[in-house]
Amino acid sequence: MNAFPGLRRNAEELAAPLPPLLAAAEHLAMTVLLGAHGRRRSGIGDEFWQYRPVQIGDEARNIDWRRSGRSDAHFVREKEWQAAQSVMFWVDHAHSMSFSSDKNRDSKARRAAILALAASVLLIRGGERVGLARMGTQPRSGELQLIRMAETLGFETEDDDYGAPDLRGLLAHGRAVFLSDFLGDIEPISAALTEAADRGVKGVLLQVLDPQEEAFPFDGRTIFESMGGGLRHETQKAGDLRDRYLERLAERKAALSDLARATGWQYSVHRTDASDQSALLWLYGALEHDH
Amino acid sequence: MFAIGPIAFTAPALLLGLLALPVLWFLLRAVPPAPIRRRFPGVVLLLGLEDEENEADKTPWWLLLLRMLAIAALIIAFAGPVLNADDEVASSDPLLVVMDGTWADARDWSRRVDRVDGLLAEAGRAGRTASVVVLTDLPPDGVTFQAAAQTRQRLAALEPEPFGPTQDDVNAWAGTLDGSFETAWVSDGVAWPWRDDLLSALEARGAVRVFETGQPIIGLRPAVFEDGVIRVSAFRLAAGLPYDMTVNAHGLDPAGIPRTLSTARMVFAPSETTSEVEIALPPELRNRVTRFEIAGLRSAAAVSLTDDALRRREVALISATDDREGLALLTPTHYLEQALTESADLIDGTLSDVLLANPDVIVLADVASVESEADALLEWVQNGGLLVRFAGPRLAASDISRTEQDPLLPVRLRAGGRSVGGAMSWGEPKALRPFGADSPFFGLTVPEEVTVTAQVMAQPDPTLSERTIASLSDGTPLVTRKREGAGQIVLFHVTANAEWASLPLSVLYVQMLDRLAISSRSALPSVEDLTGTVWLPDEVLDAFGTVEDAGLQTGVPGETLAEAAVGPELRPGLYAGEERRIAINVVGPETAFLAAQWPANVPVEGMQGVEEQSLKSWFLNAAIIALLIDVVASLWLGGRLSGFARRAAVGLLAATFVAAPEVQAQTQERFAVAATNEVLLAHVITGDAQVDRVADAGLRGLSEVLFRRTSIEPAEPVAVDLEMDELSFFPFLYWPVTEDQPLPSSEAYAKLNRYLRSGGMILFDTRDANVAGLGTTSVLGRKLQQLARPLDIPPLEPVPSDHVLTRTFYLLQDFPGRHAGADVWVEAAPADAELADGMPFRNLNDNVTPVVIGGNDWASAWATDAQGNRMFPVGRGFAGERQRELSYRFGVNLIMHVLTGNYKSDQVHVPALLDRLGQ
Repeated sequence: MNAFPGLRRNAEELAAPLPPLLAAAEHLAMTVLLGAHGRRRSGIGDEFWQYRPVQIGDEARNIDWRRSGRSDAHFVREKEWQAAQSVMFWVDHAHSMSFSSDKNRDSKARRAAILALAASVLLIRGGERVGLARMGTQPRSGELQLIRMAETLGFETEDDDYGAPDLRGLLAHGRAVFLSDFLGDIEPISAALTEAADRGVKGVLLQVLDPQEEAFPFDGRTIFESMGGGLRHETQKAGDLRDRYLERLAERKAALSDLARATGWQYSVHRTDASDQSALLWLYGALEHDH
Repeated sequence: MFAIGPIAFTAPALLLGLLALPVLWFLLRAVPPAPIRRRFPGVVLLLGLEDEENEADKTPWWLLLLRMLAIAALIIAFAGPVLNADDEVASSDPLLVVMDGTWADARDWSRRVDRVDGLLAEAGRAGRTASVVVLTDLPPDGVTFQAAAQTRQRLAALEPEPFGPTQDDVNAWAGTLDGSFETAWVSDGVAWPWRDDLLSALEARGAVRVFETGQPIIGLRPAVFEDGVIRVSAFRLAAGLPYDMTVNAHGLDPAGIPRTLSTARMVFAPSETTSEVEIALPPELRNRVTRFEIAGLRSAAAVSLTDDALRRREVALISATDDREGLALLTPTHYLEQALTESADLIDGTLSDVLLANPDVIVLADVASVESEADALLEWVQNGGLLVRFAGPRLAASDISRTEQDPLLPVRLRAGGRSVGGAMSWGEPKALRPFGADSPFFGLTVPEEVTVTAQVMAQPDPTLSERTIASLSDGTPLVTRKREGAGQIVLFHVTANAEWASLPLSVLYVQMLDRLAISSRSALPSVEDLTGTVWLPDEVLDAFGTVEDAGLQTGVPGETLAEAAVGPELRPGLYAGEERRIAINVVGPETAFLAAQWPANVPVEGMQGVEEQSLKSWFLNAAIIALLIDVVASLWLGGRLSGFARRAAVGLLAATFVAAPEVQAQTQERFAVAATNEVLLAHVITGDAQVDRVADAGLRGLSEVLFRRTSIEPAEPVAVDLEMDELSFFPFLYWPVTEDQPLPSSEAYAKLNRYLRSGGMILFDTRDANVAGLGTTSVLGRKLQQLARPLDIPPLEPVPSDHVLTRTFYLLQDFPGRHAGADVWVEAAPADAELADGMPFRNLNDNVTPVVIGGNDWASAWATDAQGNRMFPVGRGFAGERQRELSYRFGVNLIMHVLTGNYKSDQVHVPALLDRLGQ
């Protein structure tokens, strides 16, 4: 008789979601249809653009001998210029992001990571280069970069309660995506945005919030603590604070929106109980929009 | 013990703790509910916000009250409240428990023993010595007091007797009492004559308490046959509420099986102490009745054995002719009919018809020759029949038994007979000689007016004198008798009517018939009749009214029997003498019993007494429930009841009070998941723990073999409750048949039928090797029929040799289990199944047979214990091991058949399929 009943089934269950984050991201990315975005002029690229007669200055090795053999003139094969964009992701991984009000719901950090990775999958397929601010390296293209990102996103290593944008590896005139709850001090955020705008970087702010953070469904005598335990606030009747909390949250959203508008960035709010597809579509659209 | 009303406390000091409650009140009020700690990233937005009203939350008064009550209940609980505390001052004297131990005790003997056990336990706690005396089994040497615990061990061995103790015995024992002791008398409630004497003897030694159950004592008097009906009467000691009971007449049915032959309802009207019911039974049934008993009453008094008094003998009267119409007084059988019609059932008819009815007695009145039925008649006599023949003109005129003795006559006869004292003859009519001591008629007085004028004469033979049981004054035989096998042949040398003798006109005629056991006797024989005889008990009654075979008990002298007083010497039962049987019952026709009356100074208690009842658990439960409510209320007040937590808390509270049905649903779901994860073999729970254990072990053994040899990898077998569990998860059910398993409910049968229709299979195993063939007379076979009747089972046949079961995995031709050789039955092949050309097998059923029925006890052959060892031996030596192996192979084939259906059947087509594929 089987000494471990159900072993077969358990093993299969275990094996199925092996690179979970990447798979989730791939799965999410499948839902977006890619469109080509060539530059519509000749340049360095892979796709054929046009043949033109040889001009002075063209190197002999550039001549397309197959085409030239069919006529008397010599032709050079030109390719479409396909400039790859580099997109840098900053995914907040401070303690506050690990909050989830329900054990069946993604934490904010996971949702942000999935969104970032799914957007990266799409961008890589589109030939762009992507990078993660936390990795500290330049954006790169290729599937390998995805795996590296997935690995890095898997670690939660920051000790701070709230994160501040990281501009490492951000190339001038590149693109940037900031994924965070933006609940921390707004100063570093506005400073980072301003600096990025100075470098000619355009991008997207996506505020990821838990439904509880938007509803504040608490009551009774409560001591609120930040996820890292660094901040605390005690109240006798939490219910009384609800209106004023929501007011402050709305203020914070307005401030971020204003900041984005001032720097030419785009801003949106995503709740973890909402569909991640809509967030991805918006994110991808926002990036595409800038091309 | 400190007591308030009926409630006493074992540790009253703890009640002082109640004084601390007000302090607790202040403490609880001072402390606000504890805050909740909550991780919340949005806290940064809260910093700096002030509460609008900054007052500490106070615990509401009702919550405080609840907590107070909980604490108070705890304090009271630990103070040990006891309801109906037993405050009696214990004495240190030894305790003597007296039990009557009669038939009247038997009805609730176990309750009495329990009560005595309680008394002894109490005495044991008080450190007293004790002794138990049963008056029907008195100790020879007075009373020996022992430690109570030791005395308790003897209790289980005490038994009541089906009689009451005799006065002499009790008085003698009472004389041996000495010392002082307290007495607890567990009385049967009957006023025995020795009761007052014993009571005063016991009271001289110390206090006496009496215990009585107050159960009505009911006795059944012997049944009386009168006017064609059986009258059964019963009495009870004390009038009271109307009481309804059923009287059953027990006896053997024609197949020799004990059955209840008839049932009658008997009612004691209120304020009546006697009750009577008339039961009319056809003679054939009536003669089979062996005892009457009150259903459901376990007492010897509720059973009344019947003897020959109730039995009416069947007598067939056959005369040669009845052609002389109108002369009733002259017909040969007229006087016989008159003599017997009161006390026997008469049968008319021709001899050949009568023999079929197997009567007790056949009377041939002046029938000379019975040539055509002679052999049958002789055989009937040899089997115990009594053939009585009367002489007459025909017998005298015939030449039967002249030179050679006729086997149907006791003596040889002289031709012609003789007549004495007639007009044409000398001499006086002859009178009768007094009966000799060895004659069955011994003791009957011979009236002087009885004379004989004609007779047939016996030829002198060496055996004549011993065969003569009555003779005339001149010594010629009047009645001769010969024993033939188990029966006897009696010849009256005169006619049955008054033609040859005046005997039929006298009372002696009736008495003689009576003595020959031709007529049925009613009353108990007189003391004179019984003197010097010895009666052997056939069956005896115990105190519970159970009839037991008497075995080798010694005989009882007739004098004792005549007194008919049951006692140690004469146990109630059925006693057999030479020619009849006499029933001795606890309650005779005249016996009267009265209810015991106790003097006013003797306390009489019931069996139950008022038991001490500890209230501790009640108070503890109340405290726990109050605290649970407090938990939910506190959570609710503190705002911690949200969403799931609220539902959970309410559910928890609800579950405390009512059993939640979801639990069952969850269990069923878990059962379903467990059952469908793997292939499981299942067996039906029969209710017999041993059978279920063997079935489980058997299926485990089979699973092991399947796992090792085949690609079927079953998990641990499952026991299935037909009422509760879903069956459709199991491909196969093993159903051992036990005698006493209850029939499943109709819902369970509906489930089983659905199961069978949807491809399930049940293996019925009667486990008795079909000793009687399928379901003919074996008990388990009948039970199987009973179990399977509501099932939707197709026609069955023994496994044909080409059934797919013989080749699903192994090639088998028989299917042994622990037994071998019995037929195994499966669904019958369709009638049109034919052997096609070139096919080794018929094209049989296209599905799995829904049932397999056999009796080979497969589970025992398969059974292995947890270590994998065989649990039961099969056969002997290598042959036995081979049989076990074959039984495993049968199991493998069976499970393969269940799981693959007729796959192997279709295998015969493989060559054809391959052939077709090749093209």
